[in-house]
Amino acid sequence: MKPRTLFEKIWSAHEVVAETADTPAVLYIDLHLTHEVTTPQAYTVLRERKLRVRQPGRTFATMDHSTPTDTAQIFGGVPIRESSAARQVAELERNCAEFGIELLKLKDPSRGIVHIVGPELGLTRPGQTIVCGDSHTSTHGAFGALAFGIGTTEVGHVLATQCLLQRKPKTLAINVEGALGRGVTAKDLVLAIIQTLGVSGGTGHVIEYRGSTIGRLSMDERMTVCNMSIEAGAKAGLIAPDETTYAYLAATPRGPKGEALERALAHWRTLPGDADASFDRSVDLDAGALGPMITYGTHPGMSIAIDGTIPSPGGDAVHDKALRYMGLSGGDALLGRPVQVVFLGSCTNARLSDLRAAAGVLRGRKVAPGLRFLVVPGSQSVKRAAEAEGLAQVFVDAGAEWRESGCSMCLGMNGDLVPSGSYCVSTSNRNFEGRQGVGARTLLASPITAAAAAIEGRVADPRHYLA
Amino acid sequence: MQPIKTLTSRTVVLPGTNIDTDQIIPARFLTTTTREGLGRHLFADWRYDAAGAPRPDFVLNTPAAAGCAVLVAGRNIGCGSSREHAPWALMDFGFRAVISTEIADIFRANSLKNGLLPVVVEPAVHDYLLAHPGSEVTIDLESLTLVLPDGRRVPFPLESFARYCLINGIDELGYLLGQADRIAAYEARQAS
Ligand code: SF4
Repeated sequence: MKPRTLFEKIWSAHEVVAETADTPAVLYIDLHLTHEVTTPQAYTVLRERKLRVRQPGRTFATMDHSTPTDTAQIFGGVPIRESSAARQVAELERNCAEFGIELLKLKDPSRGIVHIVGPELGLTRPGQTIVCGDSHTSTHGAFGALAFGIGTTEVGHVLATQCLLQRKPKTLAINVEGALGRGVTAKDLVLAIIQTLGVSGGTGHVIEYRGSTIGRLSMDERMTVCNMSIEAGAKAGLIAPDETTYAYLAATPRGPKGEALERALAHWRTLPGDADASFDRSVDLDAGALGPMITYGTHPGMSIAIDGTIPSPGGDAVHDKALRYMGLSGGDALLGRPVQVVFLGSCTNARLSDLRAAAGVLRGRKVAPGLRFLVVPGSQSVKRAAEAEGLAQVFVDAGAEWRESGCSMCLGMNGDLVPSGSYCVSTSNRNFEGRQGVGARTLLASPITAAAAAIEGRVADPRHYLA
Repeated sequence: MQPIKTLTSRTVVLPGTNIDTDQIIPARFLTTTTREGLGRHLFADWRYDAAGAPRPDFVLNTPAAAGCAVLVAGRNIGCGSSREHAPWALMDFGFRAVISTEIADIFRANSLKNGLLPVVVEPAVHDYLLAHPGSEVTIDLESLTLVLPDGRRVPFPLESFARYCLINGIDELGYLLGQADRIAAYEARQAS
């Protein structure tokens, strides 16, 4: 048999009907993750066409995008302030009840951002096909699953048939070698990858991240890398499962146990790509050459080393427009530039290890006067764990706001907003115009870079705060 | 879905590169639970000022944009979020096609499912269209050609199945439901 990549193995195992020149493949979906924003219209279609959900046990729901992060609105009996969000939450509850879908309700102790909850519970597993009406579904690729974002019409397709019509994407290998330097995190690595590929460089491709640097990353770090695959336009990002993956899954509450785990392991070990399998394209990157990164523009490919200067390509209208929006100029340094808001959160960087890293920088220090530092754990489980090990206290003592989990300021749907014109160092994944609020100016960076900025009230080099 | 074979319309030009779905429809308008009415919020942050008044210089607010069904956009339109609200908003406003040199994957798939035609053209054709806003083009799905205002006919790629669905007004859900037996057989194989 022809040597196959990880992607090709997963793809062929899920072909209900293979693609032909005239018709796309019918691809079976193992796990369908859902949330309140991209599902209501899909359930409407089911009702209109009198359809049932084909496999309710394969769809799982949480609420995260529009939900409040204010404790009083979740647990204190205070109504959800944004009435439209309250409506979406109520509609999701109604849809899940009517169609028999498991839902993590607002007060559920496991609730959180969909891409944090799936892995944490052990729902995300190697070799699966996973979809969600959300572009950062690529996160789950960290486990060696083929995971990609879909639109609401396709959410309806999966609900009704557990399948999608898909054309086989191309494959792109990103080979990373070298040791990450001090203060250089998985976030910095993926920002550098996006800068190398460009924001549409991955279009039509599934990326597989390979090489010794990737193999040494923890699951949390792998999720950070795969999460941002979509920011290079890729359909999905994958990392081959290995002992790190298996150990993580064995410790999850819903992952397979005992004999089921043995059986699963025997299957998972067959998934990594064959040694001589070939990719449509490949790109090499030297991780040793990287420093901490930060974005300066209005897409995630516009980044520089934290101590670098903003490029000034002459006559590039797109670049000029982005800089005008950001209130910056070519040749400027970002280091030392005042910031008004810091956001530690999102499905990119709000897992326990991210909070640990940021708290390590912050411990015994204070947030700069007048700066708003919002810390939003990725899930209620992350929140509890962070409270148990004293991280929450570090944030609170420093003067940060310690919130309930959710997407929050990552996309500013729930009322957590960056004021117009303000600069925000954010650990999220998109710095698009208005993403964090109308006129908000987002600088994407790692959790430790965010923590350093919170202390100084300026863009700061996190390496100064590392032991 | 309504069958579409050809579309003839004047163009609106938005030259910006990487127009992401947060620009097409900002997140604060995603709290709706229906598909209708999103055209009001299309490009909201570009179209309206802080007080909510239309900015007269933004192209969609100009009289020339009225009745135009074809949007010519800069490279890599539709990147970012998977929100189908983006094609819903464009269609609710009156657009039926988007032309660019690159169209982001999920946005492209979402557009096709709603009958918004994604037309990818060569840079030279794109430059020509950018330079001739408001001129009339015809998109012919049967021959997969774009007829430019100067009469030139240029081909554009479209997957045969998508073209078939558009021309015949077939929706993919109906097609998938028709595969129920094969899906059941697959499920039975997996369970054994
Ligand atoms: S945290 Fe941000 S990127 Fe992640 S799912 Fe929520 S809105 Fe999307």
